Amino acid sequence: MADTYSNQFRTCETTGLKVYLPGERLFYVHAVTAVVALLTGGIMAILIALTRWPAVHLLPADLFYRFITAHGINMLVFWIVFFEMAGLIFASTAVLGSRLPAVWFGWLNYALMLVGALLTNYMIFTGQADVMFTSYPPLKANPNYYLGIILFAVGTLLACFHFMATLVVAKKEGYHKGSYPLFTFGILIAVILAIFTLLAGAATYIPTWLWAMGFIDSIDPSLYRLGFWGFGHSAQQINLAAMVSIWYLIGTLSVGAVPLNEKFSRAAFLLYLLGINVASVHHLLVDPGLSASFRIFNASYVIYAATIGSMIHAFSIPAAIEVAQRAKGYTNGLFEWLTKAPWSNPAFSGMALSIVIFGFGGGVTGVTQGVEQINIMSHNTLRIPGHFHVTVVGGTSLAFMALTYYALPLIMRRKLIGETWAKYQPWLFGIGISIFATGMSFAGILGVPRRHYDVTFSSAIFQVPFSATATTMLGLLGIGAIIAFIGLMIFCLIAALTAFFGERIEPKMEPHYPPYLKDGEVEVSAVAG
Amino acid sequence: MSVFIPERNWWAQPLGKDEKLWLKVCVLTAIILFLMMPLYNLMGHQNPSHEGYKVTPEKFNQLTEDFVAKNKVRDEVVKQRFGTTEVEMKIPVVHPGPGVKDIYLRARAWEFYPILELEEGREYRVHMSSMDYQHGFSLQPQNINFQILSGYDLVVTMTPRETGEFYVICNEYCALGHHTMIGKIIVK
Repeated sequence: MADTYSNQFRTCETTGLKVYLPGERLFYVHAVTAVVALLTGGIMAILIALTRWPAVHLLPADLFYRFITAHGINMLVFWIVFFEMAGLIFASTAVLGSRLPAVWFGWLNYALMLVGALLTNYMIFTGQADVMFTSYPPLKANPNYYLGIILFAVGTLLACFHFMATLVVAKKEGYHKGSYPLFTFGILIAVILAIFTLLAGAATYIPTWLWAMGFIDSIDPSLYRLGFWGFGHSAQQINLAAMVSIWYLIGTLSVGAVPLNEKFSRAAFLLYLLGINVASVHHLLVDPGLSASFRIFNASYVIYAATIGSMIHAFSIPAAIEVAQRAKGYTNGLFEWLTKAPWSNPAFSGMALSIVIFGFGGGVTGVTQGVEQINIMSHNTLRIPGHFHVTVVGGTSLAFMALTYYALPLIMRRKLIGETWAKYQPWLFGIGISIFATGMSFAGILGVPRRHYDVTFSSAIFQVPFSATATTMLGLLGIGAIIAFIGLMIFCLIAALTAFFGERIEPKMEPHYPPYLKDGEVEVSAVAG
Repeated sequence: MSVFIPERNWWAQPLGKDEKLWLKVCVLTAIILFLMMPLYNLMGHQNPSHEGYKVTPEKFNQLTEDFVAKNKVRDEVVKQRFGTTEVEMKIPVVHPGPGVKDIYLRARAWEFYPILELEEGREYRVHMSSMDYQHGFSLQPQNINFQILSGYDLVVTMTPRETGEFYVICNEYCALGHHTMIGKIIVK
């Protein structure tokens, strides 16, 4: 059985990992599509940001709302999920040195996701779905908008099942034995969270789709919000688990960091699994219809279990890097290990910035705004996007970008084009997004609403006097957005140029037989097990 | 390493001294954070929890119209710009009479109706509901925010403590005119 596949592996010269070539091609298409979605969302981002800067106020109202919809869905869903699906392929095939159970199945999930993403984008850009990412009923889009998202979600679900099937095949056919490596374990947690998320998404989008086609009379707005956030926020917990796994991975690839205590790190991932999805209720803290005790219990992540998880990672990852650096001889003083870290490696600096921005910016604002009383002061103000732009952009997206600097030479086997630019890219993007989110958060604290075209209310019946400070903060938002956008464009350019025109690195082909099948003893125990 | 198979007995490796200390810090932080929420509710003097009930848009509309008819004191004339033309509109100003505790604020694309005139230091139960899309109640400059849904009556018990004019911004996207949706509350 193994012979059919043994010649389809190459050996990675940097890590020694055995890489299954058909899986590598799948990785390639998922990753490239992700970057296209990122570019689309990024162009929308700068246009929206320049509209919210009152001194510029770039777009007309209809395009502004349309582009927010496009920005939200391309960034939060298409960019991140396409990239994560590429990550699943890497975590299962390359890290475990396994084949994929069915390559055609991988292409099927990719095709579904691509068709879904294209259909949704077509509906948005032709003005048939100006409903925002949240599409709260009774706002109604063209049914094909919901259909596109459903197709995309089905594709994603198939990819999750394929990942799990690969884990089974890896064990059964002897490619892998024993516990999963920490990275694969973290991604497995992300996949479990993803399956829950996609079920919540199905329970939300399928009735809404039927309603948009006229088969159902009405959708209860409160129930929709519960279901939607079971999908929308849980999706961010997938990103969290994937991002933390990537931090560990880059720690290993860049300085050779070893998790100090596997039990500690894995328990932290389990806390995500147990405690994080209920936290979605913090979106409903100021909704009618939920009791105070229900809101408090759920919004606190079940007594902050997931926060404990994140704090453990915040300790373990830097500690692992410190230990690895000290082992290399950087032992002078308290911080030589940090000052002598490979800061010119964009993957390392991207990861470090991602940890700092996510932890201090995103984690702290998130836990704060999830408190019932503070939520009353922040709900639907700019403070909310101020929070999630440091989690999902400064945290997750930056971590994904950082990983791409390894993925390009190691998985796509292309020599990086624009290495000097790459050195500065994480800094530009990270600092830009931090300035941007600072402006957003403080404008929100002063009451400026999110998703709002004109905070001067020039065409409304009353003109609300927002303070001059709020206007300054919106200016800061604009400046930060420009810096981050430059960083994003550099990234897209490097990724696209390298992926298509970078010098090819020839694969080192070596036959790879399932290592645990050659050993007769293992074979017996595998059959017995 | 995070990409390689861990040693067989990884679960038996004890936590180090620093890790144990950090874990204690984490758990303590979580417990303190968790206790703060109910404590704010019980002992803090801000942000009362709201109530929610089911109500049909027709019924809520009727309640609002009755409330306006009984308590209206005058009309306020406002101007709204549509492109280059300006349109004059009248919005009723409602001053709840003595003993009237339940007051109604109707949200509809794209208006808050009516203008409320309240008395400082008097307790009110403010009912809010939407006739159509989801809307946001964002009281400025206090920055107090609630979600308004159609089919649900959200009741906030509040006592104005400052006099002056306050504005209610809609902060939930409600189609193209969203940014023109704004209401007013006067406290005397």
